[in-house]
Amino acid sequence: MASVALRSVSKSFGHVPVITDVNLEIADGELVVFVGPSGCGKSTLLRLIAGLVPVGAGDIVIDGEVVTDIPASKRGIAFVFQSYALYPHMTIARNIGFALETLGLSRQEIDAKVAEVAATLKIDHLLARRPRELSGGQRQRVAIGRALVRQPEVFLFDEPLSNLDSDLRMEMRMEIAKLHANLAATMIYVTHDQVEAMTLADRIVVLNRGRIEQIGTPQQLYHAPQNRFVAGFIGSPRMNFMAVSANASSSDCHMQGPGSLSFDVSLSAPGVPAEIGIRPEALSIATQGQGKVTGTLERLEDLGHEHLAYIRIAPDVAWSVRLSNSLGKNALGTSIGLDWRFEDLFLFDKNGHRLDHSLSHERSAVANGVRA
Amino acid sequence: MSMRIKRRSAAYYRAMRRVRQFALGCLTALLLFYVLFPYYWAIVSSTKQGAELYNSVLLPALDFRHYKELFRDANFATSILNSLCVAIATTALSLGLGTLAAYALGRLNFPERRSLLLTVLMISIFPQVVVLSGMFELIRWFGLYNRVWSLVFAYLIFTLPFTTWVLTSFIREFPRELEEAAIMDGCSHWRILTSILLPLMGPALVSTGLLAFILAWNEFLFALTFTLTEGSRTVPVAIGLLAGNSRYEYPFGPIMAASVTVTLPLIVLVLFFQRKIVAGLTAGAVKG
Repeated sequence: MASVALRSVSKSFGHVPVITDVNLEIADGELVVFVGPSGCGKSTLLRLIAGLVPVGAGDIVIDGEVVTDIPASKRGIAFVFQSYALYPHMTIARNIGFALETLGLSRQEIDAKVAEVAATLKIDHLLARRPRELSGGQRQRVAIGRALVRQPEVFLFDEPLSNLDSDLRMEMRMEIAKLHANLAATMIYVTHDQVEAMTLADRIVVLNRGRIEQIGTPQQLYHAPQNRFVAGFIGSPRMNFMAVSANASSSDCHMQGPGSLSFDVSLSAPGVPAEIGIRPEALSIATQGQGKVTGTLERLEDLGHEHLAYIRIAPDVAWSVRLSNSLGKNALGTSIGLDWRFEDLFLFDKNGHRLDHSLSHERSAVANGVRA
Repeated sequence: MSMRIKRRSAAYYRAMRRVRQFALGCLTALLLFYVLFPYYWAIVSSTKQGAELYNSVLLPALDFRHYKELFRDANFATSILNSLCVAIATTALSLGLGTLAAYALGRLNFPERRSLLLTVLMISIFPQVVVLSGMFELIRWFGLYNRVWSLVFAYLIFTLPFTTWVLTSFIREFPRELEEAAIMDGCSHWRILTSILLPLMGPALVSTGLLAFILAWNEFLFALTFTLTEGSRTVPVAIGLLAGNSRYEYPFGPIMAASVTVTLPLIVLVLFFQRKIVAGLTAGAVKG
């Protein structure tokens, strides 16, 4: 098993910078998930670590050794592709054993290892078939088997579950978590699926335009995002934002905004809030004529286990609210007040950095699960 | 709510469908006639003797004297052998070189790639007549004049560009992840090409190979120019230069018999490989 480190890694395709000065330390046995919007460079970063794409600048270190110029197959890494990339003209057994074949192992050794891996993944009855005769889930298992058989020190997954339907995706997610627990191998996992990121990761790396926005545990990212991008990216439905005008006098700050928003907050550090953010699950419906902000109920969605309400506060601002009970169809079009607790309020300055306010020390308590 | 759409009776649409089917049938028949008639005419003519030829009867006379004569002719057998050698060698060489070039042009990144591809395309633009005299000089310098191999050398100039182009576009459309998987599995470029790409390129290789074979088999101008004696002629030239018993007799019957004979191998080849051409081997490579 091995640790992985990226030191000032940059990469550009032609004149387009894809990865800019990325620094990252991944501990031995850790499962790190890269998330970010499409085109943020997460797949490229994975391919840089694998050695499938040559590094532009900086170094990649695996197990304390600089591997920047070492070919992909000699880095002790296995890669699971989004499309599975099974060789269509080979049987499943040969697909799994192909890397060993290239290494020059004897037939018996290869057969033994393939059989062992197939047994752990419960695909031993498929060994004589070809990829096109397999279902999506089975192909996924074969792809993982192909990675396992080489006993790599680091596993790289590139959106491995994105081609599966949701039931199968959940099953395979558990499977990968189990695999990680059993092997205690270092894993790097790229996904755009929030649930996969939140449930699998020891730590999440949020990428945006080729830069790291924040690195942290799923709870840190959810409860203490460093900036507006991370706050908006983690969580579904996404965080509600609204531009406000702030009137700062020393640490006390008076804020005004659409929907007759008006309140005071004391900042723990100097800065001028330009935007507020509140998660849909932190909002509650206020009693008539109350609440910190008011808007018109525009739409209701019944998801069975929860209800989503969309409330228009200004022509270009609509907030979503997560509720456990329905507001009733009659409420549509009526004016509604929204309330929240101060510790659930996020403030961002005009550059998108989060500003701490006086109650934010309580948020760390929340992060540790001590909800009052 | 919805827009008002004018609708006729069901019988009307049924009748329209029949009319359309009938029209399609007529068109197909017409097209088939256009395509097949020359070949049928050649078969009919090849079984007629002497003055019968000037009789435009569409039924074959079923007299195979011309064919028997043809097979007794040692020169014709030599020219068939020559044609086979030239066509097979041309096909093999252009597929081999074309695959290597296509892999480089389709997958490897090097700065001159674009201009190289364009050059390849440019070569195939020139009409044969333009390169004829230059090619003649080249062949003389290499001492290949009046040898069968001179034709292989000459044919590569038009088979290689198109095999390279077709195979390049095929390799380009190849799923990138499949190749990356092979790289992770420790394959060299050579092994990727031979173990992963080639087995999957079957349909592309067969169809381009078939085209190259047909081009080389039927080529006339180069073959006429670069060979002199009967022993080094290919079939199209041999047929073109068939002489009658006297200078006043045009050997129409024997020519037709020979033409039909040399077309048969091509038809057999195409029929044999047509299933391979259609087979989609990449199915199941990715997704599902």
